[in-house]
Amino acid sequence: MSISFARAAILSIALCVVAPAGAADIGQIKVSKGQVTIEREGRAVPAAVGTRLQIADVVKTGANGSVGITMDDDSLLSAGPNSMLSLDRYAFDPTTRNGRFDASLNKGTLAVISGRIAKQAADSMTIRTPAAILGVRGTEFVVGVND
Amino acid sequence: MTEAAARAFALAACVLLGACASSGTVVLLPEKDGRPSTLAMKQGDREVVLTEPYAAANATPLGPRSYRSSAGEVEARFGSALAAQPSRAASFTLYFIEGKDEFTEESKQVVDRVLSEIARRPVPDVLVVGHTDTVGNDAFNDALGQQRAESVRSALIRLGVPASDVRAISRGKRELAIPTPDGVAEARNRRVEIVVR
Repeated sequence: MSISFARAAILSIALCVVAPAGAADIGQIKVSKGQVTIEREGRAVPAAVGTRLQIADVVKTGANGSVGITMDDDSLLSAGPNSMLSLDRYAFDPTTRNGRFDASLNKGTLAVISGRIAKQAADSMTIRTPAAILGVRGTEFVVGVND
Repeated sequence: MTEAAARAFALAACVLLGACASSGTVVLLPEKDGRPSTLAMKQGDREVVLTEPYAAANATPLGPRSYRSSAGEVEARFGSALAAQPSRAASFTLYFIEGKDEFTEESKQVVDRVLSEIARRPVPDVLVVGHTDTVGNDAFNDALGQQRAESVRSALIRLGVPASDVRAISRGKRELAIPTPDGVAEARNRRVEIVVR
């Protein structure tokens, strides 16, 4: 093993150790109004402001609900009433900024400001709707799914 | 039914029944800083690319159809989603005194602004990012940047920021404030960025 490789290996172990306890956290609920829930591993978790999010979480809003999420790469996602948003796939290395983010809007409305992942590389962020796939290339936009 | 026949059928349904319904809509919004932006809507092998503010597309049985939306339409349909958008991240940069592990005088004042930004947010999380100049290889600079970020993280914790809300990372020499060739000592690249979100 070369010295530089050994050093990189030691460093990556050190970085793992300093990562916070909730290393699986990928984002946080910053805004929560009305009825908002998170479906996680088949259970409904309350989606209070401050709740940390994980891969495969499904965020749902009721008729009077809306929710705002900041992802670890500074992407901002916010959903209006009667919405269902799945965080399907997420990986982000804050040192290199390489990553991958795929989310699905199954129903409702969503506003997006993309973050570091989309800025770093083309085709690294997508939003799926039941009928289409949106390829995000560094942008602000809104998406709606019709009933 | 072949795909061509299916499309012809869908088209006929559109025309005869007014059933050319959109199953989903996307609208590109103006960027805050006026940068160009791009978004693609794909249905199978059919794609439309949006590049202008308020450029929009509907997903239809015939594939994506582009149209021009407006601020009014966006507000009417997406007002609630937009109103729930979290505050954007705020970024602050601290510089070190040449050859010392100590902030410059101006940077000490920046710390006060960081603390008031943290206090302003309901559930702040803080990312401390260490940057280096180009002296040394990536592994060396990644470790050095991490060390810088950790020392600032500790300082924020001493100032009362909960430890669980602050994370330290390193970008090493990947994001130079002042572009230089490799191996150049440059004080303005030796800095720590604090991102509050």
